[in-house]
Formats: sequence, structure tokens, C-alpha cells
Amino acid sequence: MRYAMAIDTKKCVGCSDCVVACQTENYVPHGFCRDWVVEVTNGTYPQLEIEIRSERCNHCANSPCVRCCPTGASHFAEGGIVLVTKTECIGCGACISSCPYDARYPHPDGYVDKCTFCIHRIKNGMKPACVAVCPTKCMYFGDLNDVNSDVSVVLKKRKYKTLIPEAGTDPQLYFLI
Amino acid sequence: MTNRREFIRISLYGAGALAIGAGGLKACKAFSPPEEAGNFDGDLKRTPTYCEVCFWKCAGWVYKTPDGKIWKIIGNDEDQHCNGRFCPRGTGGVGMYYDEARLRTPLIRVEDRGRQIFREATWDEALDNIAAKMNEVSARYGPESMALFTHGSGSSYYTNLFRAFGSSNIAEPSYAQCRGPRDEAFFATFGEEVYSPEITDIRDTRCMVLIGSHIGENMHNGQIQEMSDAIDKGATIITVDPRFSTAAGKSKYWLPIKPSTDIALLLAWINEMIYNDYYDKKYVEKYCSGFDQLKVHVKDFTPEWAYGITTIKPDLIRKTAKEMADASPAVIVHPGRHVTWYGDDTQRIRAIAILNALLGSWGRRGGFYRPAKYELAQPQIPAFKESSKSWQDLFPGKYPVASSVPTNALIDGSIPENNPGYPIKAWVVNATNLLSTVPDMNNTLKAIQNLDLVVAIDTMPMEITGWADVVLPECTYLERFDVLRTTPHRKPALALRIPASEPMYNTKPGYWIVRELSKKLGLESYFPFENQEDMLDWQLKKAGSSLEEMKSVGIKTFQREADDLYFAEDEQVEFSTDSGKIELYSSYFEQNGFDPLPKYVPHEEPAEGFYRLIYGRAPMHTFGRTSNNPNLTDLMDENKVWINPKVAKEWGLQNDQEIWLKNQDGAITDFPVKVRITERIRWDSVYIVHGFGHTQKQMTRCYGKGASDTRMVTKVLVDPIMGGTGMRGNFVTFLTEKTEREVAL
Repeated sequence: MRYAMAIDTKKCVGCSDCVVACQTENYVPHGFCRDWVVEVTNGTYPQLEIEIRSERCNHCANSPCVRCCPTGASHFAEGGIVLVTKTECIGCGACISSCPYDARYPHPDGYVDKCTFCIHRIKNGMKPACVAVCPTKCMYFGDLNDVNSDVSVVLKKRKYKTLIPEAGTDPQLYFLI
Repeated sequence: MTNRREFIRISLYGAGALAIGAGGLKACKAFSPPEEAGNFDGDLKRTPTYCEVCFWKCAGWVYKTPDGKIWKIIGNDEDQHCNGRFCPRGTGGVGMYYDEARLRTPLIRVEDRGRQIFREATWDEALDNIAAKMNEVSARYGPESMALFTHGSGSSYYTNLFRAFGSSNIAEPSYAQCRGPRDEAFFATFGEEVYSPEITDIRDTRCMVLIGSHIGENMHNGQIQEMSDAIDKGATIITVDPRFSTAAGKSKYWLPIKPSTDIALLLAWINEMIYNDYYDKKYVEKYCSGFDQLKVHVKDFTPEWAYGITTIKPDLIRKTAKEMADASPAVIVHPGRHVTWYGDDTQRIRAIAILNALLGSWGRRGGFYRPAKYELAQPQIPAFKESSKSWQDLFPGKYPVASSVPTNALIDGSIPENNPGYPIKAWVVNATNLLSTVPDMNNTLKAIQNLDLVVAIDTMPMEITGWADVVLPECTYLERFDVLRTTPHRKPALALRIPASEPMYNTKPGYWIVRELSKKLGLESYFPFENQEDMLDWQLKKAGSSLEEMKSVGIKTFQREADDLYFAEDEQVEFSTDSGKIELYSSYFEQNGFDPLPKYVPHEEPAEGFYRLIYGRAPMHTFGRTSNNPNLTDLMDENKVWINPKVAKEWGLQNDQEIWLKNQDGAITDFPVKVRITERIRWDSVYIVHGFGHTQKQMTRCYGKGASDTRMVTKVLVDPIMGGTGMRGNFVTFLTEKTEREVAL
């Protein structure tokens, strides 16, 4: 099993619903977030393009955060989901520095927190909160090893890119372009 | 002018004492993450609601944690408004409940050692006070001197009370400050309005034209969902906007029009449709009247003519006209929603309506569908007291086509210098922050000084509450029953809202507030049900359901009576216009002394060094009402002023530099606003998101953040047809130094 997410930049309107849905679902404290929206404008007036991306942890297959964690708190769970066991986390922040995507934040309670792909939901047959709420349905989630999963189907049909591939982390967020 | 009524910053007096039961802050913290608590949706108690963060009213479920705290709100899968997906504001609606800055107890304005202050009051005292003053005002000036300004689900209670009391002066800012011109224009053309949610069949459209309508930034949930579906299916989007909106970013064509010239573009498109034989001849012949007059009228309005006015190249006008024609009838020239821009807005929307008629999109798949609504049984109540005077008697002959009351007519009628036919002497303001909603703030404040009573009902200490004599704290929509939602859609449906929690603090639901007040006025027979849930149960039983059943489903969708979502192939349709036809040429407007066909009239342009102020929405906020919501301020806590790089260079401005805006009349923003330099705006305009720059200190998270566009709208271009307040005729320049601001003041 290999969980992954695809995000359609052509449909995303940058409303940040994914951010607030994640915050409420996962009790992310105000002032922090596990996912966020990036908007890039290219060109000059009037020849313009905007790319809007809902970003989060890339759940990299080759994760610098897991590798550098001194206590083993950062680890791979089923389907390659990168998780932090907060009781084992000492809040040293090495993972925060190692992440090329700046996907982790120090939780006020003393541990490092990040996107879990809502593992508590997917275990129960639900989609991650961000995917489930998105009004534009621009997010696709599933198992890359299953050719019929939403994410496999859309990646077969569409052109896509990953972010900072040169970091060599083998990221598992795919942006449809 | 000496103020009879001073602005009271609620927080400066008795703020500590206001904290009756400090539940708010604590409640935010005490959760544990779901991975540990094992909170899976299936195990949890959920209660139905429909959202009150905006007017789209999506139906959803409120989930609570095992220890009974409101946790999250999720869309109801069966709801046509949201299809199980709430927007960011609806998802963040929990923040409205947990906001510790909420109003907590009734307040009464009193004089204390020469200073006006609020003192806390019991509900009984506050309502006694209001009832006594209402009776005084009525005895002295007549019941029609009472005016109601209202918004949202609670409106019907206040409306009933006012009509029972004998006043029909009931105004919703959603009319004259928002969609009024659209409703009148579509009514004049098709004999029908476009409703809310709009009856645009976006999901099946092949081409959608947005004129200043920024779907995606305005978070009209169902429309965004359907636009996304349409994009998936390869629909063409054409966006006309001086700003490269998010929607423009999704469009095949962006027409960066010179602001205020849209009518010229629309006339050129109409010309293209007619003179290239693009229009739907069969449809026009069968359903429309006035085609010959229209044809003659637009003869000279060629794309070349429009180019000189709009700056949109003729080739682009032609290409986009062809795109629409190719998609016809599955095409939508979107009527927009907030359309009070330049004072000729009804005529602009008339041009939009005419274009839709030529394309044959009204009543057709992918164009506009026929809505269906569930008609609920209503309890028997005594006949309403006939008001002897209406708003039309304030200024006879004004705004003859207005089918609702323009707020501005009531405000102007509150100022004696305007010589109204009779005086407006008291306001009840429910769930609308008039000072931010209605332009020309000073005019509103002047009106307030002449009133004998101002009552403000809200959940938050909005600016208007600081001017009230009595402030009534309503509980949020998550803590109350409300009327059943019956808004029309593709299928008739009912949606239920029940409280997910007891009201926090000393707050009360709207229905309770009005019914208690009605008792004090001797009008309780107009509210035959002591408890609202009894009324809901009664209505639902009449509808073949029950409160019990609805609690478990939240929404009930019915089949349409007939299979008539679209016009049938050879259907004879009787339109509710005078002629029974779609009126391309409006005899109705002509009879009322207005142009029967829309004309382009040039508007004033900015002077050297000034830029037209355009405002709009951000997807994470609903006007100013969400500005203090902790979940939503996290996403956006201030607005920025969008400035074209060329202009920024000329002024030497940097990104995030704080500046003040000053308009053509010398009005200056209360607070500095940060600069956002972007190619996404024309050089002759600047843009800010509406709803920021709050001046009420108790709004702890948003006080002083960003600039208020309403503060800059001192020049109001009033639509003579229906009283809409055009707000895009204001021009601003930049003050870069604090001292500059002080000198200017």
C-alpha cells in the first residue's frame, strides 16, 4: 500500500477550506496549521496565470524527517504515512529543520505536529478531512498500488508535478497542472 | 453638531462584569486529539443545522466530542446547496460560537456623570425599555415611524412583529446594497427573479460569462462546486473584470475591462448576436417581444465602438460572442449578486438579461433552470395592522420600480433636513452592521442622532451596537432553533436547524426575543407557539414529517410536482411580465420613465494620482461579520490594497508597506493598510476585500486591522430605478506618512 494525494491546481480556488477543516478535525491550535494554500502569479498584465496549491506534508518515501529523528518518534505508518508519536517526541525540532517543505510545526504542548493524512479517518473508510470538505473536489486521495483508486485514476489521466523533486525525498503529493 | 448619542465602546465599561460564565475561552482548549480520543464520526452525537455564516444556508451536521463540546460542522450529503461539503466559513462556523468577544448580556445606554455608558440589564428590563419606547414613538409619530433593518434567518420574526405593530418599513441591505438591481432587471425582462441560491444551471453549462462576479472569492458554495464540475467537463469560462480574479485564472478568456464600462461591452455582444445571426431565432420568436426595437437600438454598438470605451479589443469581443453562441442554449451570462456599482446597475443587468434571452438560456439546460420550493403550512394569526404610510410616502415618486424597501430611503427619512413625508424615529437593527453595510457612514450617523430609539440585535459587538440604546445579544445559530429552510432549488426541500448546545452566557434565540417583546406589546397572538420547536413540529407534521424525523435526517428533499426543470421542446410559456413574453424592450421601465433599452452612459473617471476603488470578497470571510472569528482570522486577519506594479513604482511603494487611503472627498481610512503589489489589477484601479478596518475595540482580533472600503465610499451613485446604492464611483490616493495623514485630517 502506498497512500498519496493529488491536487488539481486548475480547480483549486484557494479558499482554504482544507486548512480550517483540518484545524477543526485535528484540534490544531489557532495560529498553526497542518496544511496551507500557496498562490503563485506568473506573467505580466494582461497575460497572467495563477497556480493555486493546497500544500501539506508530502509523506515522502525517502523522508529526511524520519531519518533525522533522534528518538524514533517520526516514523512510517501503514501506506507510507509519516507520523509523529507525540509521547516519544522531545520537541528538538530536527525534523522541522530537515523538511524541505516546511510541513511541521512545534505544537504548544511540546511536541512536533504535522499532517497525518487523517489516518484516524482513513482507517475507518473515510477520506482525509481536507479531501472530504473541498468544495471544488480538487483533491484526490488513495492507494497508488491500487490502479482503481481515485488518485491512481487521476494521475493516469493528467499531467502532474511534485514539489522540490531535486531534494530527492520522493514526495507523495502530486499537483495536477 | 453635538451628539445626542455617543458611540460607546462596549469593552471600556464593565467588560469584566460582562463575563457571565466564562465558558468561551476554556471550551476552546480542553479537547484531546482524535487519534487518542478515538473520536470517529460514526460514534458521535450529531445534530442538524443549516449554516448562518452567509446567505447560502448550507445544511450540515454539528458534531460534538464525547464530553459534549461542539467540535466540527460537516455538510449534509443530501443537501443541494452544499452536497456534503461546507465552505471555509461554514466549516469555521464553530469559531462564531467560541468567539470570546461575543455579546453576553443585554445592555442599556444610560447617562453616568455626563458620560454615556452601557449598563448590564436583564432581558425583562431591556425588553420593557424597548416596548415602552416603541409605544411612545408610535403614539407620537405613528407606528410607521419605526424602521426595521434586518438580515438572515431571524428576519421573519422581526418582520411579523413590525407588521403586527403597524409598520411596513422593513428593509434588508441585501436589496439596495446588493442584489436589488439584478432582481428588478430580471423581473422586468423575464417576470421572475434569479433567486438565492441563483437558478444558474452551472453544472451543465458549456459556457459561463462572469461580469465582475468573482466566484471562488465569493464563496457561494453550490456555484463553486458546479463551476468546478463544469471546468472538469471542459466548459469555457469568460471573465470580465478589471482584476485578474481567481475565476479569471480559471478562464479561457479574461477581459480586463476598464471599470464602469460594462454596459458598452454588453451592448457590443448583443450587437454581435443579432447582426451575425448568432441568436436563438426560434426561442426569440416564440418567447420574446421587442426584438425589432432592440435590433435598431444596438445597430451602432459594434465591437469597434466598444473598444474605444472598454479597452477590450474588437477581436476578443467577437471571439467571446462566438463562444457564447456556440454553447447556446447551455450558456450563462451570470447575473452576479452584489451588483450595486455605478448607479445604472439595473440597466446593466437588463443588458445581461437581454443577452441571456437572445442566447435562449432562460429555462434551458446549462442556462437557467426553473426552481421549485416547498410551501410550508403557516399557523393562523390575526390580520396584520394595515400601515397607513409606507416607505414610498417618505419621498413620493422616488425609486418607482423598487419592490423591496431600500435601506437608504429609511435612513434618509430619519434625517429631518431631507423633509421626508413623515419622520422615521426609531430603528431596530437585526444582524446587520449598518455602518459597514450601507455606504456614506456619516449620513447613517447623522440619521442615528435624530432617532428616539436604536435597538441592535447581534451576536458580536459590531460598530452599530455602540450606537444603540439597547443591545440584545442573540445566541449563535449553533445554539438555537430557527425557521425551516425552504429556499427554492432544483428540487423542493426542507432543512432543519436545532441547537447543538444551550445558549452560552445570557444570550437568547431570535424567536424567543421577539415573542417576549410581542407579549410586552400585546401582540403575542401573532406568535401562537410559545416554543419554536412546537411550531416546527406542527409545520413538519403538516408536511408529512415530524421534528423527530427531521432531527435524524436534517434535510428532506421532495420530488418536483412535474418534470419541468427546463422548458419542454414545444412548451407555451406564460411569463409574468405585462406582455406575457420575455421583454427585450421593457414597457414597464418606459411607463416608469426609464430607458426601455439599456444605454451606455460614461461615468466619472479618476483624477490624476487617484485610482478607482474596487472591493470584493475573500473566500474565508462573509463581509465584516466573520472578521473576528478565531478560525477565520487564522486564515486571513487583514485586507491589503492591491496595486499595479507600475503604480507602485511611481509612488515608490513596497510590498507590505503600510499606507492610508484618502478618497476624493478627503475621507481617510481609520487605520493603515498594507500594500500588495500585483499584476492582477489594472493601473487605473485599486482593490481591497470588504469587511475589514473595524473600529470597535471589543472585536479583539480584527480591531484596527486593514482598511474599511465603506469608509472610502462617501460618494454614492444611487440607482434612480430602484434605489440601489452604487459604491464604485469613489477614487482613492495614497498617504504614505503618518504626519501626512494627520495634516490631511
